Amino acid sequence: MSAVPSELSQRFRLRQVRERAVEVLLFLAAFSSVAITLGIVGVLVYESLAFFGHVSLWDFLTDTQWTPLFDDAHYGILPLMAGTLVTTAMALVVAIPIGTITAIYLSEYASHRMREIIKPVLELLSAVPTVVYGYFALLFITPLLQKLFPDLPGFNMLSAGLVIGIMIIPYVSSLSEDAIRAVPMHLREGSYAMGATRLQTALRVVIPSAISGIAAAYILGISRAIGETMVVAIAAGMQPNLTWNPKEPAETITAYIVQVSLGDLPHGTLAYQTIFAAGLTLLVMTLVFNIAGYYLRQRFRQAY
Amino acid sequence: MGPDMQTANAAKTTGDRAPRTGTGGLAEAGTRLKAQVRNLNFYYGNVHALKNINLEIAEKRVTALIGPSGCGKTTYLRCFNRMHDLYVDNRYEGEIVLRPDGLNIIGKGVDPIEVRMRISMVFQKPNPFPKSIYENVAYGLRVRGVRKRSIVDEKVEQALQAAALWDEVKDRLHGLAFNLSGGQQQRLCIARALATDPEILLFDEPTSALDPIATARIEELVHELKQRVTIIIVTHNMQQAARVSDYTAFMYLGEVVEFSGTDTIFTNPSKKQTEDYITGRYG
Repeated sequence: MSAVPSELSQRFRLRQVRERAVEVLLFLAAFSSVAITLGIVGVLVYESLAFFGHVSLWDFLTDTQWTPLFDDAHYGILPLMAGTLVTTAMALVVAIPIGTITAIYLSEYASHRMREIIKPVLELLSAVPTVVYGYFALLFITPLLQKLFPDLPGFNMLSAGLVIGIMIIPYVSSLSEDAIRAVPMHLREGSYAMGATRLQTALRVVIPSAISGIAAAYILGISRAIGETMVVAIAAGMQPNLTWNPKEPAETITAYIVQVSLGDLPHGTLAYQTIFAAGLTLLVMTLVFNIAGYYLRQRFRQAY
Repeated sequence: MGPDMQTANAAKTTGDRAPRTGTGGLAEAGTRLKAQVRNLNFYYGNVHALKNINLEIAEKRVTALIGPSGCGKTTYLRCFNRMHDLYVDNRYEGEIVLRPDGLNIIGKGVDPIEVRMRISMVFQKPNPFPKSIYENVAYGLRVRGVRKRSIVDEKVEQALQAAALWDEVKDRLHGLAFNLSGGQQQRLCIARALATDPEILLFDEPTSALDPIATARIEELVHELKQRVTIIIVTHNMQQAARVSDYTAFMYLGEVVEFSGTDTIFTNPSKKQTEDYITGRYG
Protein backbone atom coordinates (compact mmCIF):
# COMPACT_ATOMS: atom_id res chain seq x y z
CA MET A 1 0.00 0.00 0.00
CA SER A 2 2.88 2.35 0.51
CA ALA A 3 3.62 2.38 -3.24
CA VAL A 4 0.46 4.31 -4.01
CA PRO A 5 1.15 7.44 -1.99
CA SER A 6 4.72 7.66 -3.23
CA GLU A 7 3.61 7.28 -6.82
CA LEU A 8 0.98 9.95 -6.20
CA SER A 9 3.46 12.33 -4.71
CA GLN A 10 5.80 11.73 -7.60
CA ARG A 11 3.12 12.65 -10.09
CA PHE A 12 2.25 15.62 -7.94
CA ARG A 13 5.85 16.81 -7.96
CA LEU A 14 6.15 16.34 -11.71
CA ARG A 15 3.04 18.37 -12.28
CA GLN A 16 4.31 21.08 -9.99
CA VAL A 17 7.56 21.31 -11.97
CA ARG A 18 5.68 21.49 -15.23
CA GLU A 19 3.30 24.16 -13.97
CA ARG A 20 6.22 26.16 -12.67
CA ALA A 21 8.04 25.90 -16.01
CA VAL A 22 4.98 27.16 -17.87
CA GLU A 23 4.62 30.04 -15.47
CA VAL A 24 8.27 31.04 -15.91
CA LEU A 25 7.94 30.90 -19.69
CA LEU A 26 4.84 33.07 -19.67
CA PHE A 27 6.50 35.50 -17.32
CA LEU A 28 9.54 35.78 -19.58
CA ALA A 29 7.34 36.57 -22.56
CA ALA A 30 5.55 39.27 -20.61
CA PHE A 31 8.76 40.58 -19.13
CA SER A 32 10.55 40.89 -22.48
CA SER A 33 8.57 43.98 -23.47
CA VAL A 34 9.24 45.57 -20.09
CA ALA A 35 12.93 44.74 -20.42
CA ILE A 36 13.11 46.18 -23.92
CA THR A 37 11.40 49.37 -22.82
CA LEU A 38 13.79 49.72 -19.90
CA GLY A 39 16.70 49.00 -22.26
CA ILE A 40 15.65 51.75 -24.66
CA VAL A 41 15.18 54.25 -21.86
CA GLY A 42 18.55 53.17 -20.44
CA VAL A 43 20.39 53.74 -23.71
CA LEU A 44 18.65 57.08 -24.25
CA VAL A 45 19.51 58.27 -20.76
CA TYR A 46 23.09 56.96 -20.90
CA GLU A 47 23.93 58.66 -24.20
CA SER A 48 22.05 61.80 -23.20
CA LEU A 49 24.08 62.03 -20.00
CA ALA A 50 27.21 62.14 -22.12
CA PHE A 51 25.56 64.90 -24.17
CA PHE A 52 24.59 66.89 -21.11
CA GLY A 53 28.20 66.60 -19.95
CA HIS A 54 29.07 69.00 -22.76
CA VAL A 55 25.91 71.07 -23.06
CA SER A 56 24.13 72.37 -20.00
CA LEU A 57 20.47 71.43 -19.56
CA TRP A 58 19.72 75.15 -19.29
CA ASP A 59 21.19 75.89 -22.72
CA PHE A 60 19.42 72.87 -24.15
CA LEU A 61 16.06 74.12 -22.94
CA THR A 62 16.46 77.87 -23.52
CA ASP A 63 18.74 78.36 -26.53
CA THR A 64 16.64 79.37 -29.50
CA GLN A 65 18.88 77.84 -32.12
CA TRP A 66 19.55 74.25 -33.02
CA THR A 67 22.67 74.02 -35.19
CA PRO A 68 24.66 71.04 -33.88
CA LEU A 69 26.31 70.35 -37.23
CA PHE A 70 27.55 73.88 -37.82
CA ASP A 71 30.88 75.30 -36.74
CA ASP A 72 28.99 77.74 -34.53
CA ALA A 73 27.06 74.98 -32.78
CA HIS A 74 23.94 75.73 -30.78
CA TYR A 75 22.00 73.08 -28.93
CA GLY A 76 18.63 74.63 -28.16
CA ILE A 77 15.81 72.07 -28.48
CA LEU A 78 13.09 74.77 -28.61
CA PRO A 79 12.95 75.09 -32.43
CA LEU A 80 12.46 71.33 -32.78
CA MET A 81 9.88 71.25 -29.99
CA ALA A 82 7.99 74.11 -31.55
CA GLY A 83 7.94 72.28 -34.88
CA THR A 84 6.67 69.13 -33.18
CA LEU A 85 3.98 70.96 -31.22
CA VAL A 86 2.74 73.00 -34.16
CA THR A 87 2.40 70.01 -36.49
CA THR A 88 0.73 68.03 -33.69
CA ALA A 89 -1.71 70.85 -33.02
CA MET A 90 -2.57 71.08 -36.72
CA ALA A 91 -3.12 67.33 -36.77
CA LEU A 92 -5.47 67.48 -33.79
CA VAL A 93 -7.46 70.31 -35.34
CA VAL A 94 -8.30 67.83 -38.10
CA ALA A 95 -8.43 64.52 -36.25
CA ILE A 96 -10.37 65.35 -33.09
CA PRO A 97 -13.49 66.85 -34.68
CA ILE A 98 -13.61 64.49 -37.65
CA GLY A 99 -12.68 61.44 -35.57
CA THR A 100 -15.23 62.21 -32.86
CA ILE A 101 -18.02 63.01 -35.30
CA THR A 102 -17.25 59.83 -37.24
CA ALA A 103 -17.42 57.82 -34.03
CA ILE A 104 -20.77 59.35 -33.08
CA TYR A 105 -22.13 58.74 -36.56
CA LEU A 106 -20.96 55.13 -36.67
CA SER A 107 -22.25 54.19 -33.24
CA GLU A 108 -25.45 56.24 -32.97
CA TYR A 109 -26.66 56.92 -36.50
CA ALA A 110 -25.25 54.60 -39.12
CA SER A 111 -27.20 51.55 -40.19
CA HIS A 112 -25.53 48.21 -39.84
CA ARG A 113 -24.82 48.18 -43.59
CA MET A 114 -23.29 51.63 -43.59
CA ARG A 115 -21.02 50.70 -40.71
CA GLU A 116 -19.87 47.61 -42.57
CA ILE A 117 -18.82 49.84 -45.44
CA ILE A 118 -17.23 52.73 -43.57
CA LYS A 119 -15.25 50.84 -40.95
CA PRO A 120 -13.02 48.88 -43.36
CA VAL A 121 -12.39 52.05 -45.39
CA LEU A 122 -11.33 53.85 -42.22
CA GLU A 123 -9.03 50.99 -41.36
CA LEU A 124 -7.56 51.24 -44.82
CA LEU A 125 -6.74 54.86 -44.05
CA SER A 126 -4.48 53.72 -41.25
CA ALA A 127 -2.93 51.03 -43.44
CA VAL A 128 -1.57 53.51 -45.99
CA PRO A 129 2.24 53.73 -45.53
CA THR A 130 3.25 57.02 -43.94
CA VAL A 131 5.69 57.77 -46.74
CA VAL A 132 2.72 57.89 -49.11
CA TYR A 133 1.06 60.39 -46.77
CA GLY A 134 4.28 62.41 -46.89
CA TYR A 135 4.21 62.73 -50.65
CA PHE A 136 0.49 63.32 -50.56
CA ALA A 137 1.15 66.31 -48.30
CA LEU A 138 4.04 67.64 -50.36
CA LEU A 139 2.66 67.11 -53.85
CA PHE A 140 -1.08 67.41 -53.41
CA ILE A 141 -2.08 69.25 -50.23
CA THR A 142 0.62 71.92 -50.37
CA PRO A 143 -0.20 72.99 -53.97
CA LEU A 144 -3.87 73.03 -52.99
CA LEU A 145 -3.14 75.21 -49.99
CA GLN A 146 -0.97 77.46 -52.12
CA LYS A 147 -4.07 78.40 -54.09
CA LEU A 148 -5.56 79.58 -50.81
CA PHE A 149 -2.37 81.18 -49.46
CA PRO A 150 -0.23 82.21 -52.47
CA ASP A 151 2.79 82.99 -50.28
CA LEU A 152 2.88 79.51 -48.72
CA PRO A 153 6.34 77.92 -49.10
CA GLY A 154 6.70 74.47 -50.65
CA PHE A 155 7.65 73.02 -47.28
CA ASN A 156 5.35 74.01 -44.44
CA MET A 157 3.98 72.64 -41.18
CA LEU A 158 0.38 73.34 -42.14
CA SER A 159 0.11 70.74 -44.85
CA ALA A 160 2.19 68.20 -42.92
CA GLY A 161 0.03 68.69 -39.83
CA LEU A 162 -3.25 68.42 -41.75
CA VAL A 163 -2.12 65.19 -43.38
CA ILE A 164 -1.01 63.70 -40.05
CA GLY A 165 -4.46 64.63 -38.84
CA ILE A 166 -6.06 62.65 -41.67
CA MET A 167 -3.73 59.80 -40.86
CA ILE A 168 -4.75 59.59 -37.20
CA ILE A 169 -8.51 59.94 -37.77
CA PRO A 170 -8.92 56.13 -37.69
CA TYR A 171 -7.17 55.89 -34.31
CA VAL A 172 -9.34 58.58 -32.78
CA SER A 173 -12.57 57.38 -34.37
CA SER A 174 -12.24 53.67 -33.74
CA LEU A 175 -11.21 54.01 -30.09
CA SER A 176 -13.89 56.65 -29.47
CA GLU A 177 -16.45 54.45 -31.16
CA ASP A 178 -15.52 51.53 -28.93
CA ALA A 179 -15.98 53.77 -25.89
CA ILE A 180 -19.32 55.09 -27.16
CA ARG A 181 -20.65 51.65 -28.02
CA ALA A 182 -19.72 50.44 -24.54
CA VAL A 183 -22.26 52.87 -23.04
CA PRO A 184 -25.10 50.64 -21.82
CA MET A 185 -28.28 50.69 -23.88
CA HIS A 186 -30.44 51.38 -20.84
CA LEU A 187 -28.86 54.85 -20.53
CA ARG A 188 -29.82 55.67 -24.12
CA GLU A 189 -33.31 54.29 -23.56
CA GLY A 190 -33.62 56.46 -20.46
CA SER A 191 -32.85 59.50 -22.55
CA TYR A 192 -35.15 58.60 -25.42
CA ALA A 193 -37.93 57.84 -22.95
CA MET A 194 -37.68 61.46 -21.77
CA GLY A 195 -38.50 62.62 -25.27
CA ALA A 196 -34.91 63.36 -26.32
CA THR A 197 -33.87 63.24 -29.97
CA ARG A 198 -30.95 61.18 -31.22
CA LEU A 199 -28.66 64.19 -31.23
CA GLN A 200 -29.67 65.21 -27.71
CA THR A 201 -29.16 61.66 -26.51
CA ALA A 202 -25.75 61.43 -28.15
CA LEU A 203 -24.48 64.79 -26.92
CA ARG A 204 -26.03 64.93 -23.46
CA VAL A 205 -25.96 61.33 -22.28
CA VAL A 206 -23.84 59.07 -24.46
CA ILE A 207 -20.75 61.27 -24.90
CA PRO A 208 -20.54 62.26 -21.21
CA SER A 209 -20.83 58.57 -20.31
CA ALA A 210 -18.02 57.62 -22.68
CA ILE A 211 -15.78 60.59 -21.96
CA SER A 212 -12.96 58.62 -20.32
CA GLY A 213 -12.61 56.34 -23.32
CA ILE A 214 -12.83 59.26 -25.71
CA ALA A 215 -10.10 61.09 -23.78
CA ALA A 216 -7.95 57.97 -24.08
CA ALA A 217 -8.53 58.01 -27.85
CA TYR A 218 -7.39 61.64 -28.04
CA ILE A 219 -4.26 60.90 -26.04
CA LEU A 220 -3.35 58.04 -28.35
CA GLY A 221 -3.90 60.38 -31.30
CA ILE A 222 -1.61 62.99 -29.73
CA SER A 223 1.11 60.42 -29.10
CA ARG A 224 0.88 59.24 -32.69
CA ALA A 225 1.06 62.80 -34.01
CA ILE A 226 4.09 63.69 -31.86
CA GLY A 227 5.92 60.57 -32.95
CA GLU A 228 5.03 60.84 -36.64
CA THR A 229 8.22 61.12 -38.71
CA MET A 230 7.86 60.46 -42.39
CA VAL A 231 5.22 63.05 -43.23
CA VAL A 232 7.01 65.88 -41.47
CA ALA A 233 10.40 64.85 -42.82
CA ILE A 234 9.04 65.00 -46.37
CA ALA A 235 6.58 67.87 -46.24
CA ALA A 236 7.52 70.23 -43.40
CA GLY A 237 11.11 70.92 -44.34
CA MET A 238 14.32 70.12 -42.52
CA GLN A 239 15.33 73.53 -41.25
CA PRO A 240 15.12 74.03 -37.49
CA ASN A 241 13.04 77.16 -37.22
CA LEU A 242 11.65 78.56 -33.99
CA THR A 243 8.18 79.65 -35.02
CA TRP A 244 4.59 79.05 -34.01
CA ASN A 245 3.31 79.93 -37.47
CA PRO A 246 2.11 76.75 -39.20
CA LYS A 247 2.55 78.36 -42.62
CA GLU A 248 6.32 78.34 -42.21
CA PRO A 249 8.66 75.44 -42.80
CA ALA A 250 10.24 73.90 -39.70
CA GLU A 251 11.87 70.74 -38.48
CA THR A 252 10.40 68.47 -35.84
CA ILE A 253 12.32 66.35 -33.35
CA THR A 254 11.56 63.20 -35.31
CA ALA A 255 12.58 64.74 -38.63
CA TYR A 256 15.86 65.85 -37.11
CA ILE A 257 16.59 62.35 -35.86
CA VAL A 258 15.94 60.94 -39.33
CA GLN A 259 18.10 63.56 -40.96
CA VAL A 260 21.04 62.97 -38.69
CA SER A 261 20.73 59.21 -38.39
CA LEU A 262 21.00 58.90 -42.15
CA GLY A 263 24.28 60.78 -42.26
CA ASP A 264 27.53 59.10 -41.27
CA LEU A 265 28.27 60.62 -37.93
CA PRO A 266 31.11 58.98 -36.05
CA HIS A 267 30.13 57.26 -32.80
CA GLY A 268 30.67 59.15 -29.62
CA THR A 269 30.79 62.62 -31.12
CA LEU A 270 28.66 65.34 -29.64
CA ALA A 271 26.62 65.58 -32.85
CA TYR A 272 25.91 61.87 -32.60
CA GLN A 273 24.77 62.26 -29.02
CA THR A 274 22.29 64.98 -29.96
CA ILE A 275 20.11 62.24 -31.47
CA PHE A 276 19.74 60.66 -28.07
CA ALA A 277 19.04 63.94 -26.34
CA ALA A 278 16.38 64.66 -28.95
CA GLY A 279 15.00 61.14 -28.58
CA LEU A 280 14.81 61.50 -24.82
CA THR A 281 12.95 64.79 -25.21
CA LEU A 282 10.45 63.07 -27.50
CA LEU A 283 10.00 60.28 -24.98
CA VAL A 284 9.40 62.76 -22.15
CA MET A 285 6.83 64.63 -24.25
CA THR A 286 4.80 61.52 -25.03
CA LEU A 287 5.16 60.41 -21.43
CA VAL A 288 3.72 63.71 -20.21
CA PHE A 289 0.70 63.28 -22.49
CA ASN A 290 0.22 59.70 -21.43
CA ILE A 291 0.31 60.65 -17.77
CA ALA A 292 -2.13 63.49 -18.43
CA GLY A 293 -4.36 61.00 -20.20
CA TYR A 294 -4.13 58.60 -17.31
CA TYR A 295 -5.20 61.30 -14.87
CA LEU A 296 -8.06 62.39 -17.10
CA ARG A 297 -9.25 58.82 -17.31
CA GLN A 298 -9.10 58.36 -13.57
CA ARG A 299 -10.96 61.58 -12.95
CA PHE A 300 -13.75 60.81 -15.37
CA ARG A 301 -13.98 57.20 -14.39
CA GLN A 302 -14.69 58.23 -10.83
CA ALA A 303 -17.28 60.64 -12.17
CA TYR A 304 -18.91 57.87 -14.12
CA MET B 1 -78.32 69.05 -31.45
CA GLY B 2 -78.67 70.76 -28.08
CA PRO B 3 -75.82 71.45 -25.74
CA ASP B 4 -76.83 68.55 -23.54
CA MET B 5 -76.56 66.10 -26.37
CA GLN B 6 -73.17 67.46 -27.27
CA THR B 7 -71.91 66.96 -23.77
CA ALA B 8 -73.26 63.46 -23.73
CA ASN B 9 -71.58 62.65 -27.02
CA ALA B 10 -68.35 64.17 -25.87
CA ALA B 11 -68.56 62.09 -22.74
CA LYS B 12 -69.01 58.98 -24.82
CA THR B 13 -66.10 59.60 -27.17
CA THR B 14 -63.76 60.91 -24.53
CA GLY B 15 -64.41 57.79 -22.54
CA ASP B 16 -66.20 59.17 -19.53
CA ARG B 17 -66.88 55.76 -18.11
CA ALA B 18 -65.12 53.02 -16.24
CA PRO B 19 -62.97 50.46 -18.08
CA ARG B 20 -64.65 47.38 -19.42
CA THR B 21 -63.00 44.46 -17.78
CA GLY B 22 -62.75 40.86 -18.89
CA THR B 23 -65.04 39.43 -16.28
CA GLY B 24 -67.39 42.33 -16.28
CA GLY B 25 -66.29 42.92 -12.71
CA LEU B 26 -67.78 46.07 -11.30
CA ALA B 27 -65.51 48.98 -11.95
CA GLU B 28 -65.45 51.82 -9.48
CA ALA B 29 -67.67 54.74 -10.15
CA GLY B 30 -66.05 57.99 -11.18
CA THR B 31 -63.14 56.63 -13.16
CA ARG B 32 -62.43 57.80 -16.65
CA LEU B 33 -60.52 56.21 -19.46
CA LYS B 34 -57.01 57.34 -20.20
CA ALA B 35 -56.19 54.96 -23.02
CA GLN B 36 -57.89 52.33 -25.12
CA VAL B 37 -55.91 49.54 -26.70
CA ARG B 38 -57.66 47.97 -29.67
CA ASN B 39 -56.52 44.89 -31.58
CA LEU B 40 -52.89 45.53 -30.78
CA ASN B 41 -50.48 43.18 -32.50
CA PHE B 42 -46.74 43.52 -32.28
CA TYR B 43 -44.00 41.80 -34.24
CA TYR B 44 -40.25 41.50 -33.62
CA GLY B 45 -39.35 40.74 -37.23
CA ASN B 46 -41.28 37.53 -37.84
CA VAL B 47 -42.02 36.83 -34.21
CA HIS B 48 -45.59 37.63 -33.34
CA ALA B 49 -45.00 38.86 -29.80
CA LEU B 50 -48.35 40.45 -28.90
CA LYS B 51 -51.58 38.93 -30.12
CA ASN B 52 -54.69 40.94 -30.56
CA ILE B 53 -54.67 42.81 -27.30
CA ASN B 54 -57.67 44.82 -26.17
CA LEU B 55 -57.43 46.69 -22.92
CA GLU B 56 -58.64 49.86 -21.32
CA ILE B 57 -56.49 51.94 -19.04
CA ALA B 58 -58.25 53.92 -16.32
CA GLU B 59 -57.19 57.47 -15.65
CA LYS B 60 -55.34 58.09 -12.38
CA ARG B 61 -55.44 54.45 -11.46
CA VAL B 62 -52.73 51.81 -11.37
CA THR B 63 -52.98 49.04 -13.94
CA ALA B 64 -50.66 46.10 -13.34
CA LEU B 65 -49.46 43.69 -16.01
CA ILE B 66 -48.53 40.29 -14.63
CA GLY B 67 -47.56 36.98 -16.16
CA PRO B 68 -44.66 34.57 -16.48
CA SER B 69 -41.34 35.57 -18.08
CA GLY B 70 -41.61 35.98 -21.82
CA CYS B 71 -45.37 36.51 -21.81
CA GLY B 72 -44.98 39.89 -23.48
CA LYS B 73 -45.81 42.22 -20.62
CA THR B 74 -42.68 44.36 -21.03
CA THR B 75 -43.10 44.30 -24.82
CA TYR B 76 -46.63 45.54 -24.32
CA LEU B 77 -45.57 48.28 -21.91
CA ARG B 78 -42.91 49.50 -24.34
CA CYS B 79 -45.55 50.01 -27.04
CA PHE B 80 -46.99 52.86 -24.97
CA ASN B 81 -43.93 55.07 -25.40
CA ARG B 82 -42.84 53.64 -28.75
CA MET B 83 -39.58 52.28 -27.33
CA HIS B 84 -39.64 49.59 -30.01
CA ASP B 85 -38.99 52.28 -32.61
CA LEU B 86 -35.37 52.40 -31.40
CA TYR B 87 -34.68 49.01 -32.95
CA VAL B 88 -35.12 47.89 -36.52
CA ASP B 89 -37.65 45.38 -37.82
CA ASN B 90 -40.26 46.04 -35.15
CA ARG B 91 -43.85 46.48 -36.26
CA TYR B 92 -47.07 47.57 -34.58
CA GLU B 93 -50.63 46.91 -35.74
CA GLY B 94 -53.89 48.10 -34.22
CA GLU B 95 -54.23 51.18 -32.09
CA ILE B 96 -53.56 52.65 -28.68
CA VAL B 97 -55.78 55.69 -28.37
CA LEU B 98 -55.02 58.33 -25.75
CA ARG B 99 -57.90 60.13 -24.10
CA PRO B 100 -59.20 62.76 -24.17
CA ASP B 101 -57.64 63.92 -27.43
CA GLY B 102 -57.83 60.63 -29.33
CA LEU B 103 -54.22 60.44 -30.46
CA ASN B 104 -53.34 56.98 -31.71
CA ILE B 105 -49.90 56.42 -30.15
CA ILE B 106 -48.83 53.83 -32.69
CA GLY B 107 -50.41 55.56 -35.68
CA LYS B 108 -48.27 55.72 -38.79
CA GLY B 109 -47.78 59.49 -38.91
CA VAL B 110 -47.27 59.95 -35.18
CA ASP B 111 -43.87 61.15 -34.03
CA PRO B 112 -42.55 58.85 -31.30
CA ILE B 113 -40.87 61.83 -29.64
CA GLU B 114 -44.25 63.56 -29.29
CA VAL B 115 -45.56 60.39 -27.62
CA ARG B 116 -42.60 60.22 -25.23
CA MET B 117 -43.12 63.87 -24.32
CA ARG B 118 -46.48 62.83 -22.87
CA ILE B 119 -45.69 59.37 -21.51
CA SER B 120 -42.74 58.81 -19.19
CA MET B 121 -41.05 55.57 -18.23
CA VAL B 122 -39.19 54.17 -15.25
CA PHE B 123 -36.95 51.25 -16.06
CA GLN B 124 -36.12 47.95 -14.44
CA LYS B 125 -32.61 49.01 -13.53
CA PRO B 126 -32.10 52.52 -12.18
CA ASN B 127 -30.48 54.41 -15.06
CA PRO B 128 -29.45 57.87 -13.88
CA PHE B 129 -27.37 59.85 -16.37
CA PRO B 130 -23.74 60.79 -15.64
CA LYS B 131 -24.86 64.17 -14.35
CA SER B 132 -25.76 65.84 -11.09
CA ILE B 133 -28.96 65.00 -9.25
CA TYR B 134 -30.40 68.34 -10.31
CA GLU B 135 -29.51 67.90 -13.98
CA ASN B 136 -30.93 64.39 -14.02
CA VAL B 137 -34.32 65.66 -12.90
CA ALA B 138 -34.07 68.69 -15.19
CA TYR B 139 -33.21 66.52 -18.20
CA GLY B 140 -36.72 66.29 -19.64
CA LEU B 141 -37.15 70.05 -19.30
CA ARG B 142 -33.80 70.70 -20.95
CA VAL B 143 -34.60 68.54 -23.97
CA ARG B 144 -37.88 70.42 -24.26
CA GLY B 145 -35.91 73.65 -24.41
CA VAL B 146 -36.98 75.04 -21.02
CA ARG B 147 -34.25 77.54 -20.15
CA LYS B 148 -35.68 79.71 -17.41
CA ARG B 149 -33.82 79.00 -14.20
CA SER B 150 -36.71 79.73 -11.87
CA ILE B 151 -39.05 77.34 -13.72
CA VAL B 152 -36.47 74.55 -13.80
CA ASP B 153 -35.65 75.04 -10.11
CA GLU B 154 -39.30 74.84 -9.19
CA LYS B 155 -40.04 71.78 -11.34
CA VAL B 156 -36.98 69.95 -10.03
CA GLU B 157 -37.98 70.57 -6.43
CA GLN B 158 -41.59 69.54 -7.06
CA ALA B 159 -40.55 66.35 -8.83
CA LEU B 160 -38.09 65.41 -6.09
CA GLN B 161 -40.78 66.11 -3.48
CA ALA B 162 -43.24 63.94 -5.36
CA ALA B 163 -40.68 61.15 -5.60
CA ALA B 164 -40.06 61.40 -1.83
CA LEU B 165 -36.40 62.15 -2.41
CA TRP B 166 -36.20 65.88 -1.74
CA ASP B 167 -35.30 65.68 1.95
CA GLU B 168 -32.49 63.24 1.28
CA VAL B 169 -30.84 65.19 -1.54
CA LYS B 170 -31.75 68.85 -1.07
CA ASP B 171 -28.29 69.63 0.33
CA ARG B 172 -26.43 67.94 -2.48
CA LEU B 173 -28.45 68.66 -5.58
CA HIS B 174 -25.29 69.28 -7.53
CA GLY B 175 -23.59 66.10 -6.42
CA LEU B 176 -23.38 63.20 -8.84
CA ALA B 177 -26.40 60.94 -9.16
CA PHE B 178 -24.16 57.85 -9.13
CA ASN B 179 -23.34 58.44 -5.49
CA LEU B 180 -26.93 57.70 -4.46
CA SER B 181 -28.00 54.25 -3.28
CA GLY B 182 -29.90 51.94 -5.63
CA GLY B 183 -33.28 52.79 -4.11
CA GLN B 184 -32.52 56.52 -4.18
CA GLN B 185 -31.40 56.24 -7.80
CA GLN B 186 -34.70 54.62 -8.71
CA ARG B 187 -36.63 57.37 -6.94
CA LEU B 188 -34.45 59.86 -8.82
CA CYS B 189 -35.51 58.20 -12.06
CA ILE B 190 -39.13 58.54 -10.94
CA ALA B 191 -38.53 62.22 -10.21
CA ARG B 192 -36.96 62.59 -13.65
CA ALA B 193 -40.00 60.99 -15.23
CA LEU B 194 -42.39 63.20 -13.20
CA ALA B 195 -40.66 66.51 -13.84
CA THR B 196 -42.28 66.87 -17.25
CA ASP B 197 -45.83 66.28 -15.96
CA PRO B 198 -46.51 63.13 -17.99
CA GLU B 199 -50.04 61.90 -18.60
CA ILE B 200 -49.06 58.27 -18.15
CA LEU B 201 -46.17 56.87 -16.15
CA LEU B 202 -44.89 53.46 -17.21
CA PHE B 203 -43.06 51.28 -14.69
CA ASP B 204 -41.12 48.31 -16.01
CA GLU B 205 -40.47 46.07 -12.99
CA PRO B 206 -39.19 49.08 -11.06
CA THR B 207 -38.22 47.19 -7.93
CA SER B 208 -36.60 44.05 -9.31
CA ALA B 209 -33.11 45.43 -8.63
CA LEU B 210 -33.94 46.75 -5.15
CA ASP B 211 -33.92 45.43 -1.61
CA PRO B 212 -37.21 44.97 0.31
CA ILE B 213 -37.05 48.31 2.13
CA ALA B 214 -36.35 50.28 -1.03
CA THR B 215 -39.10 48.24 -2.73
CA ALA B 216 -41.61 49.17 -0.04
CA ARG B 217 -40.80 52.86 -0.52
CA ILE B 218 -41.32 52.65 -4.28
CA GLU B 219 -44.62 50.85 -3.78
CA GLU B 220 -45.80 53.55 -1.36
CA LEU B 221 -44.78 56.09 -3.94
CA VAL B 222 -46.75 54.39 -6.71
CA HIS B 223 -49.75 54.46 -4.45
CA GLU B 224 -49.37 58.21 -3.83
CA LEU B 225 -48.58 59.07 -7.44
CA LYS B 226 -51.87 57.79 -8.77
CA GLN B 227 -53.42 60.93 -7.33
CA ARG B 228 -51.80 62.83 -10.19
CA VAL B 229 -50.92 60.45 -12.98
CA THR B 230 -52.14 57.30 -14.72
CA ILE B 231 -49.82 54.40 -13.98
CA ILE B 232 -49.13 51.15 -15.80
CA ILE B 233 -46.77 48.82 -13.99
CA VAL B 234 -45.20 45.57 -15.12
CA THR B 235 -44.28 43.32 -12.25
CA HIS B 236 -43.04 39.83 -11.65
CA ASN B 237 -44.17 40.01 -8.12
CA MET B 238 -47.81 39.12 -7.66
CA GLN B 239 -47.96 40.45 -4.12
CA GLN B 240 -46.74 43.74 -5.52
CA ALA B 241 -49.50 43.78 -8.13
CA ALA B 242 -52.03 42.99 -5.42
CA ARG B 243 -50.67 45.75 -3.17
CA VAL B 244 -50.33 48.63 -5.60
CA SER B 245 -52.77 48.18 -8.46
CA ASP B 246 -56.45 48.84 -9.06
CA TYR B 247 -56.68 46.78 -12.23
CA THR B 248 -54.66 43.77 -13.25
CA ALA B 249 -54.13 42.13 -16.61
CA PHE B 250 -52.79 38.60 -16.64
CA MET B 251 -50.80 37.90 -19.79
CA TYR B 252 -49.64 34.61 -21.21
CA LEU B 253 -47.85 33.88 -24.50
CA GLY B 254 -48.48 37.34 -25.89
CA GLU B 255 -52.18 37.44 -25.06
CA VAL B 256 -54.21 39.03 -22.31
CA VAL B 257 -55.85 36.05 -20.66
CA GLU B 258 -57.83 38.00 -18.14
CA PHE B 259 -58.28 41.64 -17.24
CA SER B 260 -60.21 42.74 -14.24
CA GLY B 261 -60.22 44.68 -11.02
CA THR B 262 -57.23 43.59 -8.96
CA ASP B 263 -59.40 42.24 -6.14
CA THR B 264 -61.35 40.09 -8.57
CA ILE B 265 -58.23 38.72 -10.25
CA PHE B 266 -56.68 37.71 -6.97
CA THR B 267 -59.75 36.47 -5.12
CA ASN B 268 -62.05 35.24 -7.81
CA PRO B 269 -60.35 34.75 -11.18
CA SER B 270 -62.63 33.57 -13.90
CA LYS B 271 -60.02 31.66 -15.89
CA LYS B 272 -58.28 28.49 -14.78
CA GLN B 273 -54.95 29.74 -16.22
CA THR B 274 -55.09 32.90 -14.12
CA GLU B 275 -55.86 30.94 -11.02
CA ASP B 276 -53.00 28.52 -11.66
CA TYR B 277 -50.58 31.41 -12.10
CA ILE B 278 -51.58 33.42 -9.08
CA THR B 279 -51.60 30.37 -6.87
CA GLY B 280 -48.08 29.60 -8.01
CA ARG B 281 -48.73 26.47 -10.01
CA TYR B 282 -46.59 27.76 -12.87
CA GLY B 283 -44.68 30.82 -13.99
